[in-house]
Amino acid sequence: MKKSVLLGTLAIAGLAAGFASAQTLDEVQARGSLNCGVTTGLVGFAAPNASGEWEGFDVGLCRAVAAAVFGDATAVNFVPTTGQTRFTALASGEVDMLARNTTWTFSRDVDLRFEFVGINYYDGQGFMVPRELGVASAMELDGATVCIQTGTTTELNLADFFSSNGMSYEPVPIETNAEAQQQYLAGACDVYTTDASGLAATRATFEDPSAHVVLPEIISKEPLGPLVRHGDNEWGDIVRWTLNALIAAEELGITSANVAELASGTDNPEINRLLGTEGELGGMLGLSSDWAQNAIAAVGNYGQLFEDNIGESTPIGLSRGLNAQWTDGGLLYSPPFR
Amino acid sequence: MSDVHAQTVSYVRETMLPEAEPPVTERGAIKWLRENLFSSWLNAILTILSLFVIYYVLSHTLGWMLYGIWDAGSLTECRQIRNELYGEDASVACWAVLADRWDQLLFGFYPQDLYWRPVAALLVFFVAVSPILFEGVPRKLFYLTAAAPFICFWLIWGGTIWGPIVVALGFVIAGAIFRYGAEMVGPLLAIIGAFLVPILYWLLLAGPLTGMLNSIAPIGMQYVSSDEIGGFMLAFIIGITGIILSFPLGILLALGRQSDLFIINKTCVTFIEVIRGVPLIVWLFTASLLLNYFLPPGTNFDLLLRVIIMVTFFASAYMAEVIRGGLAALPRGQYEGADSLGLNYWQSMQLIILPQALKISIPGIVNTFIGLFKDTTLVVFVGLSDPIGFSNLIRATTDWNGIYWELFIFIGLCFFICCFSMSKYSQFLERKLRTEHR
Repeated sequence: MKKSVLLGTLAIAGLAAGFASAQTLDEVQARGSLNCGVTTGLVGFAAPNASGEWEGFDVGLCRAVAAAVFGDATAVNFVPTTGQTRFTALASGEVDMLARNTTWTFSRDVDLRFEFVGINYYDGQGFMVPRELGVASAMELDGATVCIQTGTTTELNLADFFSSNGMSYEPVPIETNAEAQQQYLAGACDVYTTDASGLAATRATFEDPSAHVVLPEIISKEPLGPLVRHGDNEWGDIVRWTLNALIAAEELGITSANVAELASGTDNPEINRLLGTEGELGGMLGLSSDWAQNAIAAVGNYGQLFEDNIGESTPIGLSRGLNAQWTDGGLLYSPPFR
Repeated sequence: MSDVHAQTVSYVRETMLPEAEPPVTERGAIKWLRENLFSSWLNAILTILSLFVIYYVLSHTLGWMLYGIWDAGSLTECRQIRNELYGEDASVACWAVLADRWDQLLFGFYPQDLYWRPVAALLVFFVAVSPILFEGVPRKLFYLTAAAPFICFWLIWGGTIWGPIVVALGFVIAGAIFRYGAEMVGPLLAIIGAFLVPILYWLLLAGPLTGMLNSIAPIGMQYVSSDEIGGFMLAFIIGITGIILSFPLGILLALGRQSDLFIINKTCVTFIEVIRGVPLIVWLFTASLLLNYFLPPGTNFDLLLRVIIMVTFFASAYMAEVIRGGLAALPRGQYEGADSLGLNYWQSMQLIILPQALKISIPGIVNTFIGLFKDTTLVVFVGLSDPIGFSNLIRATTDWNGIYWELFIFIGLCFFICCFSMSKYSQFLERKLRTEHR
């Protein structure tokens, strides 16, 4: 009896959630701001600066969506979410979208009922070791002690990698990246493993970065992307095509500097369609015709966003690698705006 | 005859000798050292070992702290300055992170031009608790104490002034019904009315009334949402609210647990055991995750409010047990004495039992307060930006990534100052209230 009541309540709550999620755009517009779930701090991806404004690669995407919806990149409430709270925050409607470098996996997409709308960063798990160990390949790590963040996909990848190569390791479980840095520097573990972007960011903060090497092996695919709730396809389309607009803008040579000029009309019909001078793409999304123009003007195109936050000019110094345009040998490939 | 005496007992001294110094080993610092530090071989060895440990710790940390760099914009800059001043190998603190992020550590994302508001709220709080804490303060300040929660709420969150006033009116209504209703409809109905009427008023009338008053006279300040509150301000808000609310709630629960009324007794026992039997972090996750699924979607039930409620419940369960210990320590004669004076239940509790029971429980009560205040750092796990949460956020910027000890030392020091003052006050209170003839 009690169980059926509980199940009934859950079902009603689920129904209500499903019903409510069908109008995320209306809710966001009525509220006047976008609730965007971000990390509780990850170098280069999301962190507040000294005056309290959020900055970073993931943050840029939230701002782009806000600019596309409202024409105002500051109309965002950033909701810091931890690894444990992120999915509930999204499922319960506390946030409208997550841009929280979350790996797109089958079970998260299907079982947890979320909708990954694209990939904004192709990452992969790597290893960092002190140079003095003289290790040149991850295959030489048999018997090593490994610092590993608990509760992440990296933990599972590590176990897979070592067992499939017939090697053994001793895990040193740690909770946060900051703790990992300290443990690794103090010599509590020989190897630190996490996403390659995280390794680069961590290494950049060391006193002597050249004393540590990131091994060439990348042992997993970590496609990081923004996600929204299952079942509200209109809202999912807005986030998906905002991301695509930033990627397409780089391919088409649109930057935050020249977007206003190009928006007055060009010879290239695809640019015209994207920036709303031709066609009705904005109207199909339920937004104004200059949605993409606003998004690009606010944060720049994908390449600018990358360079400003995690690119080679920043202390993190990530190269584009897989995250280059398909024309440059990378994996970024936006469907056409037509 | 005097010379006779002198001749017979010639060895008797007639003048006083000047006082001599005690032997060197029996005075001053040497005596103290011999008695306290080197009284036996074992103690001497322990003393030397302890001195060595103290020296070892200080020699590694003192220089690091004192030579710390206060003026830099990032960790790299800190290291450059250090290289210029002390050379590459020197290990010095980079306190510049505190200077750079001072505002955020204290106020979180609170708008900078409004910092005076939380500061004013803290001042109001201190003035308002002063008549409770110290006897010498004018009694009239109790009026401010009653109004302080609403003033502080308005100062911190802002918005229309009518909200807090309308809510406060509910308490006034409850008080009036309790006071005058007893004569008109009887004591039991008055108590029930004092509970029900304000709740109905808050649920049904308060919202429209606030809206109406606000449209007539729109007085208010800029609204600040809970998301923007962080840093030590958040720790203080959760800690102080929890402490203030858990104390009366704990007293009620303790009395309820001792009550002979079956339902009240069992409710209180269940509440205490369930809340106390589950870790606080589980309750926080419940507040932040589970409640979201059960509340109708779109309900804007503030996460901060949910967390405060959970922390308060948790602390009040502990408080109830501490106070029950005090109640149990009272001799039965006190209860019987109160009955023989013809006092009713509430009078005997208020005048005779609780003053003694609470006095006995002071160390335990303050212990719970301190524990509660420190537990506020657990909210970092549900994504609130308390000082620990902010240390993660600060470390996540490219400027300060890799900085570790400086932030934790600062946060630890602030918590120590707060908890130590609470402890000192409780000792002062115990001395003041010591009436036993010992």
